Amino acid sequence: MQTKEIAGKQVQVDEDGFLVNPNDWTREIAQALAAEQGIDVLTEAHWRVIEFMRADFAEKGAVPTIRRLSKVGGIETKELYELFPNGPAKKAARIAGLGKPQGCV
Amino acid sequence: MKESPDAIKKVSIIISKGSLDGIYPGLIMANGARMEGIEATLFFTFFGLDAILKKRVDKLTVATVGNPGMHMPTLLGALPGMSAFATAMMKKQMEKLDIPPAGEFLEMIKDAGAGIYACRATVDMFGLSKDDFIPQVDGIINVGEFYERSAGAQIIFT
Repeated sequence: MQTKEIAGKQVQVDEDGFLVNPNDWTREIAQALAAEQGIDVLTEAHWRVIEFMRADFAEKGAVPTIRRLSKVGGIETKELYELFPNGPAKKAARIAGLGKPQGCV
Repeated sequence: MKESPDAIKKVSIIISKGSLDGIYPGLIMANGARMEGIEATLFFTFFGLDAILKKRVDKLTVATVGNPGMHMPTLLGALPGMSAFATAMMKKQMEKLDIPPAGEFLEMIKDAGAGIYACRATVDMFGLSKDDFIPQVDGIINVGEFYERSAGAQIIFT
């Protein structure tokens, strides 16, 4: 664990750069984390994914799976892969200020 | 993100067994590869073809005979209803883990951008045609084409 300044705020991150405490998250931090991941602009479609992930995490205590994003969140898998290329679940979870997804699917 | 110099970039996964427990490991690995941004190709051969046949995809079962992993005496495993029971149990557990049924899983893997192919030799041997397969199948290819598509990939046989 280490402390890092992201978007002008001191936050704790784990060794892979995921926020340790989801409550540290702000929209500005999301923008900065997205830029780190090669996503320069977070569009409305990105925000829809991020907001669903955060709401679902708050409710269930786990990062939603891709299947859950599609079935419950209404975010099509194809779209998810387009929005967050090269590792969508991990990338989106990171930008949403959540931990690394723990499941295998 | 950290990236070691020899990170895996591409995998080709062969699925050769037709039971539920024979097919899922390959599906999970292919989907998992795409989730990590790794290029993935699935190649179904022999009884593994059951996973992509319209008629069979959602009727896969767990083998309770000749499956040492079941820890079940052969005669007991052969009792009527035993395989159906084991299958129902496993499907229930998988649903709990958010692992989709085979048909839905293949849709997901396809949407994730993986290639899905059937083995030419098996298709000819069983007298099948393109119409017998679920729409997610990209094509029927021979072993040579499989190797061509697998250039630079790790090949995993299941």
